Amino acid sequence: MANYSTNEFKGGLKIMQDGEPCSIVENEMVKPGKGQAFNRVKIRKLISGKVVEKTFKSGESVEGADVIELELAYLYNDGEFWHFMNNETFEQVPADAKAVADAEKWLVEQDVCTLTLWEGNPINVQPPNFVELEVTETDPGLKGDTAGTGGKPATLSTGAVVRVPLFVQIGEVIKVDTRSGEYVSRVQK
Amino acid sequence: MGQVRQFFEQRDVLEVDTPTLARAGVTDLYLENLTSRLAAGADGQPMTLHLQTSPEFALKRLIAQHHIDVYQLSHVFRDDEIGRFHNPEFSLLEWYRLGLDTQQLIQEISELLTETTAAPPVQALSYQQAFIHYCEADPLTADGIAAIHQQLLARDDTQQWMQQESDTDTILQVAFNLLVEPRLDEKTPIAITNFPASQAALAQLSEDDPRVAHRFEIYYQGVELANGYKELTDATAQQQRFEHDNRRRQEQGKPVKQLDFALIEALKHGLPDCSGVALGFDRLLMIALGAKHIKEVLPFSIESC
Repeated sequence: MANYSTNEFKGGLKIMQDGEPCSIVENEMVKPGKGQAFNRVKIRKLISGKVVEKTFKSGESVEGADVIELELAYLYNDGEFWHFMNNETFEQVPADAKAVADAEKWLVEQDVCTLTLWEGNPINVQPPNFVELEVTETDPGLKGDTAGTGGKPATLSTGAVVRVPLFVQIGEVIKVDTRSGEYVSRVQK
Repeated sequence: MGQVRQFFEQRDVLEVDTPTLARAGVTDLYLENLTSRLAAGADGQPMTLHLQTSPEFALKRLIAQHHIDVYQLSHVFRDDEIGRFHNPEFSLLEWYRLGLDTQQLIQEISELLTETTAAPPVQALSYQQAFIHYCEADPLTADGIAAIHQQLLARDDTQQWMQQESDTDTILQVAFNLLVEPRLDEKTPIAITNFPASQAALAQLSEDDPRVAHRFEIYYQGVELANGYKELTDATAQQQRFEHDNRRRQEQGKPVKQLDFALIEALKHGLPDCSGVALGFDRLLMIALGAKHIKEVLPFSIESC
């Protein structure tokens, strides 16, 4: 993998730090009028998800990380792996539980997810921002009550639990924002 | 700009305009000139010219010749400098005052800041006191420097670099930037005075304490605004510093620079006692206008030039 010099640093660049692939979030050059220049960099560790700050002496080079992002459609879970497919090449990629992590509860068949691969292996699965899921369990409540007192919990077909307004019923399909885990609207079937 | 010109007119400081292009560049370890190529010089030979990083050498030659107070407000060029406070081409306001020491020059800067940005008076704090106050360590002693190094080693963000860093000045500069500068009172312009002798640049060393030099920097609203000296007038010492810079450049694998012998000749001829300062004019505008990025005060930054 190529090395990158600090003056090639920019948001989104993938580098290795502490044995972990990282993505640069923010890069600021610090240059005293008379003195050693350096880069203050915010990086997100792609496996642990932690965001840390590092300083690099300007001109230093850092090992690049072999990281790519792919848009893949979710196929199925075989109990151990979650399988994804490239809709153009039909190539299949299995992701383990560590990579899927919290995304599991938002995986809907045929939905296109963003997979991050490090040296060919998936390390992160990012579900679409919005998914549509069926409500499988919720307190019937009072139909027509829209007073909105904070709603009620509803279990969805994937096992995810979200708060929904009181009028939402079992069997209805709702749209959820996967980034916040919040209910957005009902979906007409 | 009008305000600045009026300020100097009132004080009888002459505006001058020296060349941007010169045969010699700067030996400073942490400054790189942009260069330009002339197909044929006066002697018919091709020549490389350096775009000046500051008009300092030319202004000193003028002062040695004419013994006058001068200022220049012009564009200067520095390679490898792009960021929130940096554009490779920027405006520098540089001036020299005969017979003034750094304290008197700081007073004049204070008046300029008050007139242009309504700043309160500049407060002076020595480099040593700043470190003692904010890091509880003396940057002029070996023990203190070791303690400062320790503080950087204890930080997650600098640990990796500092484990490999042994250069005292680099350690102090990083510590100043990360441990001292962010803690300075942003509402008051502060003059950090008496930099260590190893960071004297073109300043005279102190007669009272040879560990420090008559060099200061001005910080205001989180911005490094100006750098000034009681100017070195000794031609031999000047040449030695240039050569020392070049030796260190060689050690670090940086290009060795041709010395500006015209400046050394001028110093031999005699530079009167004077103090001078270079102030980032774009940064002054940023403060005056409350801008967050230098792009906001440039008509066209490097991305759109």
